[in-house]
Amino acid sequence: MNTLPVGPAFTLSLAAYLTGALASLATWRKPALCRYICCGSALAGAIFGGFAAVFGILQGTPVRWSVSSGIPLFRYSFDYDALASFFNLTLAILAGAVSIYSFSYLKEFEGKRNIGVFGFLFHLLFLSLTIVFTAGNAFLFLIGWEVMALVSYGLVTFYHEDRETRRAGLLYIVMAHIDAGCLLLGFALLMQVSGSGDFASFHAAAAHLSKGQQAAAFVLFFLGFGIKAGVIPFHIWLPAAHPVAPSNISALLSGIVLKAGIYGMARIFLDGLGVLPSWAGLLVLIVGVASAVLGVLYALMEHDLKRLLAYHSIENIGIILIGLGAALVFRVSGHLQLAAVAVIAALFHTLNHAIFKCLLFLGAGSVLHSTRSRNMEELGGLIRPMPVTAFCFLIGAVAISGLPPLNGFVSEWLTYQSLLAGFGATGGLTRILFPLAGSMLALTGALAAACFVKAFAITFLALPRSAESRSAHEAPRSMLVGMGCLTVACLSLGLGATWFLHVFDTLTEQLLGPRVGTNLITAHGWVLSAGTPHGGLVSTSVIAIALLFLMIPAVLLVSIAGRRFARRQGPAWDCGLPGLSEENEYTATAFSKALRMIFSVLYQPRREIQTVFDVSPYFPKAIRFESEIEPTFEKRLYVPLKDLLLRFASRMRAIQAGSIHAYLAYIFVTLVLLLLFGVRP
Amino acid sequence: MIGLLAKAGLQLIMVLLVAPLLSGIIKTLKARLQTRRGPGVLQSYRDMFKLFRKGMVIPESASWIFSATPYIVFVTATLVGLMIPMTTTDAPFSLFGGVLAVVYLLALGRFFLALGGLDAGSSFGGLGSSREMTISAIAEPAMMLAIFTVALAASSTNLSEMAKVAVSQSWKFLAPSQMLAFAALFIVLIAETGRIPVDNPATHLELTMIHEAMILEYSGPYLALIEYGAAIKQLVLMTLVVNTFFPFGLSSDWTLRGLGVGLLFYFTKMLLLACLIVLVETTNAKLRLFRVPELLMVSFIFGALALISTFLF
Repeated sequence: MNTLPVGPAFTLSLAAYLTGALASLATWRKPALCRYICCGSALAGAIFGGFAAVFGILQGTPVRWSVSSGIPLFRYSFDYDALASFFNLTLAILAGAVSIYSFSYLKEFEGKRNIGVFGFLFHLLFLSLTIVFTAGNAFLFLIGWEVMALVSYGLVTFYHEDRETRRAGLLYIVMAHIDAGCLLLGFALLMQVSGSGDFASFHAAAAHLSKGQQAAAFVLFFLGFGIKAGVIPFHIWLPAAHPVAPSNISALLSGIVLKAGIYGMARIFLDGLGVLPSWAGLLVLIVGVASAVLGVLYALMEHDLKRLLAYHSIENIGIILIGLGAALVFRVSGHLQLAAVAVIAALFHTLNHAIFKCLLFLGAGSVLHSTRSRNMEELGGLIRPMPVTAFCFLIGAVAISGLPPLNGFVSEWLTYQSLLAGFGATGGLTRILFPLAGSMLALTGALAAACFVKAFAITFLALPRSAESRSAHEAPRSMLVGMGCLTVACLSLGLGATWFLHVFDTLTEQLLGPRVGTNLITAHGWVLSAGTPHGGLVSTSVIAIALLFLMIPAVLLVSIAGRRFARRQGPAWDCGLPGLSEENEYTATAFSKALRMIFSVLYQPRREIQTVFDVSPYFPKAIRFESEIEPTFEKRLYVPLKDLLLRFASRMRAIQAGSIHAYLAYIFVTLVLLLLFGVRP
Repeated sequence: MIGLLAKAGLQLIMVLLVAPLLSGIIKTLKARLQTRRGPGVLQSYRDMFKLFRKGMVIPESASWIFSATPYIVFVTATLVGLMIPMTTTDAPFSLFGGVLAVVYLLALGRFFLALGGLDAGSSFGGLGSSREMTISAIAEPAMMLAIFTVALAASSTNLSEMAKVAVSQSWKFLAPSQMLAFAALFIVLIAETGRIPVDNPATHLELTMIHEAMILEYSGPYLALIEYGAAIKQLVLMTLVVNTFFPFGLSSDWTLRGLGVGLLFYFTKMLLLACLIVLVETTNAKLRLFRVPELLMVSFIFGALALISTFLF
């Protein structure tokens, strides 16, 4: 088994992405050809990348390459271990599906936009992500990270005519650079201790880190990766930037680019920094809970389909962090088995979220493609013109709500189990946090279900609310195939979860020590267990089979008992009014009204109603209704911060006098100070 | 395998037979407490039988979701019925899903029921769906805390394991954590089964209804399936409460004697819980919708206190 061609497949995938990037640029004058090249080479890269990842997982031992660059601390070193394989697998699945989807999606760009530039950025995004997920050297990682941020910026602002898009892009690039700065400082700290830029050396040097250094590095990395992953309170760029990008790009941004932050946390917290103290794990856990609950609460108030999905990314990142935080706490208290289960929960949810969020964004993209609207209040009834899109979106909605028997349920179930085990495994008052986090996870799940009832029903069910949604049409075939692939992935990862979990065996072995796959799977692979002797058991496959079997008597009962009368169609109950129109339907705003009232402390809702009437207020001619919620984090945290920064900058203007003598003096003083304090004998 | 299927078949029959009877008993008890004669305990069977033989009207604006919903509601509730211990600690499907699967399968049914409510395109359905999803969402954390309290005592989320541990220490329900968890779960039970003071199962007034508003457009066999599903859900949740907190008479195997004794105890316990529910329903007025979160907050606090007291006492 040790001769699998990981290296060649990996190199081929990098080569395919690089060639695709250049070929797209070269053929930009021929849009149709460019589109074929763009999607074809990305698909090829994804397939090679997928093979490399599968080989890497099957191989079980890390594959390493390293080439010297001639610059100290910087080497071209790649570490293709189990964690890298896992994230590359996630990337390959998404890249493949999105490439297929884009084949038709990009058609509308022909003659209007430069597909060459799009294809160039599209390939570079995959290339940089591959480098980030495999880099074995801090500088190589940072280069990949920076390219990823810049390319994402280019893709977010692809519709740059729009003012909103440019603002979102600016916010994104500023936040991306704050996070890159934090990472640079964090790596500098580690390199100072280890004397090398390689991740392997960090692992070896972790034992020499002092408590203070470890804490400082943890905070810097948590900030850096947390901003990229969009955890609350660093999330504000996410709901701004993800919706304005082209839909296939939104799918990638939410599906995989956010996961780079999770990858970084898994890599550094579980491997590079040694055993972190328990406060670090608890901090990750608490931030995760806050992100999950607040993310879904903000999502509920959205009626822009893509913004709603973007807020759900924050929620799911929170769920992933709950698992990761629990793993960190278990590791420091010596429960490596439990830590392994929690890591599996977190990483499995990472993969699951990547797949169903990508699917949902692609579905939203098809809706947008067909109706030109992201506003749910203008949609409705799309299940009739767009049956396949609606079905795929429904599967995604059930999966993201964590309902059995799909994949979201499995990873949330594992998270619950590790939280429950945490109560027994830790001492003192902190143990209360685990079941409380579990109950907040339950709240998150239920609110997510409410939100996706809204998102699916208002968009796809009942009557269309605008001319565009009345004349909607099904998406072209390649878009359906792209969504179909992800739908199949959702179903098979849900029903076949127990067979898939073997993938994590080598991963937890390399990161933590124990292989837990065999503990988690019982009854000939049909049943998933919590890993403890009498713990919980669940089997999504048996649940699905049982549901199908129980369906038989229900169908028989209805068809035999109801055979006497034909079912007929009739109007819905209209209270005796002359028929119902789309104006009588419940809207997205109305649906979330009850929750808006209950959580009004958080939302601070404001509404304004103006009635225009001639004679009596009881016979209005027109009513204007306006409602909004307070963007708390922007208003309370970021606006004061921005004001402070601007005030500080205007103070600093005094020393930026523009006189060359002054600048020469600054340089001289700096040089003297550096010579005095910076240079060590 | 054969044994498993036999047990599952037996419990399936029990669930399907007892569920309508239980709602009939509750209706009759309620009527008696209000000094009415009431319709008799078998009325639910008659209603169901009648509905199955009626024709049905499907709203013009509805899609296949509307028609799929009744099946999903019925099937998820029935499957959950196979996962909980009724008369023995050994529930037939407890190997395939514990208490988390129970909660999430019921949530799957609710998800589709809410979609079905919105599919007809009338305001009533949307109103019901919105309220149902809201109330269930804020009931969820309280329910989980109460369940966690019991699950932590048994260090398992597997319902059979939980029942076995409960049987082995049968007077445990006097512990403060168990009492508090029971109080929390009882409030959630009232909210989840749509009873006064949260919802009124006997009304069709748009200001007060939740569950009934969602299913307003359903008729004939589909309505029967949904009503059947709701009755099974009520049975399941009540069984969950009585068997986790008062595990008396649960036999450990599927022998005839064990089943007989188990059934006797089971009916007694369920009848007592039904009396409690009826008492609460008759002595309380329905709460305003925006008062319901406060009630559920009380339940959440009970759950949290139960959890804290597990390691204080």
